[in-house]
Amino acid sequence: MQWLAALTALLTVAVAIALSYRPLGDYMAWVFTSRHHLGVERLIYRLCRINANQSQSWKAYLGSVLAFSAAGMLVLYLLQRLQAWLPYSLGLPPVAPDLAFNTAASFVGNTNWQSYVPEHTMGYTVQMAGLAVQSFVSAATGLAVAIALVRGFTARGTGVIGNFWVDMTRANLRILLPLSIIATIILLLGGVPQNFSGDTVIDTLAGGSQTLPGGPVASQETIKMLGTNGGGFFNANSAHPFENPSAWLNLFQTYMLLVVPFASIRTFGRMVHDHRLARSMLICMVALLLIAYASLVGFELANGGAAAADSHGALEGKEWRFGIIGSMIFTAATTGTTGGATNSMIGSFTPLSSMVAILHMVLGEVSPGGVGSGLYTLLVLVVIVIFIAGLLLGRSPVILGKRVGVREMKIAALVILVMPVLALAGMAASMAIPPIRAEIIDYSMSQANAQGMTEFIYAFVSAAINNGSAMAGFSANTPWLNIVLGIIILLGRFLVIALVLAMAGSFASQPRSVDRDGHLPVGRPTFVILLIALVVFIAVPTFFPVLTVGPLAGGL
Amino acid sequence: MAAHQRKQRQSSAGVNHGAPGGRGLGQASSRWGRVLRPLWAGLIATLALTVILGVVYPLAMTGLAQLIAPAGANGSLIVDQTGQVIGSRLIGQSFRDGDDQPLRQYFQSRPSFAGSGYDADASGASNLGPDSPELVALIDLRRAEIAEFNGVDPAAVPADALTASGSGLDPDISPAYAQLQIDRVAAARGLDRSVVADLVADHTSAPDLGYIGQSRVNVFELNWALDQI
Repeated sequence: MQWLAALTALLTVAVAIALSYRPLGDYMAWVFTSRHHLGVERLIYRLCRINANQSQSWKAYLGSVLAFSAAGMLVLYLLQRLQAWLPYSLGLPPVAPDLAFNTAASFVGNTNWQSYVPEHTMGYTVQMAGLAVQSFVSAATGLAVAIALVRGFTARGTGVIGNFWVDMTRANLRILLPLSIIATIILLLGGVPQNFSGDTVIDTLAGGSQTLPGGPVASQETIKMLGTNGGGFFNANSAHPFENPSAWLNLFQTYMLLVVPFASIRTFGRMVHDHRLARSMLICMVALLLIAYASLVGFELANGGAAAADSHGALEGKEWRFGIIGSMIFTAATTGTTGGATNSMIGSFTPLSSMVAILHMVLGEVSPGGVGSGLYTLLVLVVIVIFIAGLLLGRSPVILGKRVGVREMKIAALVILVMPVLALAGMAASMAIPPIRAEIIDYSMSQANAQGMTEFIYAFVSAAINNGSAMAGFSANTPWLNIVLGIIILLGRFLVIALVLAMAGSFASQPRSVDRDGHLPVGRPTFVILLIALVVFIAVPTFFPVLTVGPLAGGL
Repeated sequence: MAAHQRKQRQSSAGVNHGAPGGRGLGQASSRWGRVLRPLWAGLIATLALTVILGVVYPLAMTGLAQLIAPAGANGSLIVDQTGQVIGSRLIGQSFRDGDDQPLRQYFQSRPSFAGSGYDADASGASNLGPDSPELVALIDLRRAEIAEFNGVDPAAVPADALTASGSGLDPDISPAYAQLQIDRVAAARGLDRSVVADLVADHTSAPDLGYIGQSRVNVFELNWALDQI
């Protein structure tokens, strides 16, 4: 019966994604190739003193990404530090410097790791003008970088990959904003609040007192999901009845996480005029996501762990309206997109499902990945597969008319090293320094055992891969963790972006050869299998040692 | 390769010098211009987008919300006969007394870790791990308490009654947990069992669209309806 519910929930989301895949993908391709600027866009370019018709080299593009992100960090940091003097701050004090840095890094890096309790830390102005704005623009930045990489394949030896300011502005104003407005209307009809009335203190039926929060929740919730951000308005994130009031809205939220990452694969196929490779990538994404979903559901229904066995149902940390199925479909989507939103508490999952959640993250945000970041990460992996396939078949490694040479392979190898090196080095450093280790074990971990270790691993993986979800039992609001995780988030985001743009520039300066794919079977099942195998074989061995001391030790 | 790199460097430099509007920002020192110009653009772009996405968009959505769905937009609040707000349809309440003892005349919500229980200002979960001895002990304790409180077999207590939700504000319980409480509530209120059972049936919602999510009973609405009798 539960498996039937799992299947119908899956089909509902799958049909909705399938229906929007082509129209949204084609629309995004049009947005990024149109020569026409909207009036408001022209105004922004003029204010910023940008020549919007000038295409940039990869270095100039990267410079613009970094400058824009640095400015965003500065503004977000200042908004938090100056909170006490801003309107609608609900009387909250300024945010502490280390926490403000961590939050700024995390929202600018499209990670939305939250070391803070929103209800007691962030007023409406910081939420709206700070956090929600970065939820938009960090997603738009990811999308722009992905499109720049796609242009590397289509450019004919010009060396230029588009204009970041144009790509980013269009991604915000023509893609994310209209989608958010439509989604907000749906959330409003589903009962999500949107007001400025502050707290309402009431007397409950039983004679107690309750403080009901208000706030512009719906408008922020939409971009939190559509931009695969995950920074919730409330501490309980998408488990909170005000963020996610019903089971059907829960499926809609799952759809919102997946819709843009999936559609951007269509955008890619459209822009390079070749849907065979795009289709193979799509199948790879879907297969990994389905495996994650099925194993999450299976492990949760099996009542693993002492608590679930005792209560005859793994419902600790889950909302009754969603049940196990609604919680698992959301978790599969949020760990596959690096969404970071949570509608059920991962720390209370049965041991093997929490391991699946971690494994799904370390696959490297490709099933289907974050907005933009999913597309560019998977394209980097495709480059590696093309190279390997070329070696296996004795043909020259060519992707879409561009040769995969030493330079491109070096860049690709560096891209896949960034996340594991950051996560593992961060964990190692934290455990190697005695006072830090003592603080983490005694204060941060909920328990000093395999479960606590799992929480610790989850935090570092989540930061390095820019996911942002957490096992909330882990208290990460300490100066060391705020700063180290903040730095890991920034490096995990912008090192990868720099490498991806370098690869885009490298491809863009090559002429496009007539031989489109070097007779490599990019549209065949063998290619898909090779791609999936690569994704899995990169991630699993790298993280197997740390998983044995955390979730595996807990589950076996 | 060397020639190719030089060509690339030239073209990138061309872009930087070719960008217009840098008159005030260090045409003399092109090195500074190359750093300052994008930073200036980044700052202005951030501020412009903050106005559009961080002020205009949420305010417009708030206006729209008050127009198309005012009840939900204001928190799905429920008001009693005197006009006093007594709760939100979406946010669960605690039906325990000041000493944290369950009140016999009310249906009980799920266990909660939001503050001291259903504190809507402090949403959150236990985050106890799947093998936590503390959680197992809590589950055993709750089972014994609920079985005794309602006079039922401990094995009959469903999982949702034994576990805390993710938000700590879960407004719903399973129909099974509601059924189990009918006799006790009817006895405490001196009502006929069938009256309470009918009320529970009225407040049992099917899954959304018949198949999404679970059958559920909104505890606050059920208790409010009981108080009206």
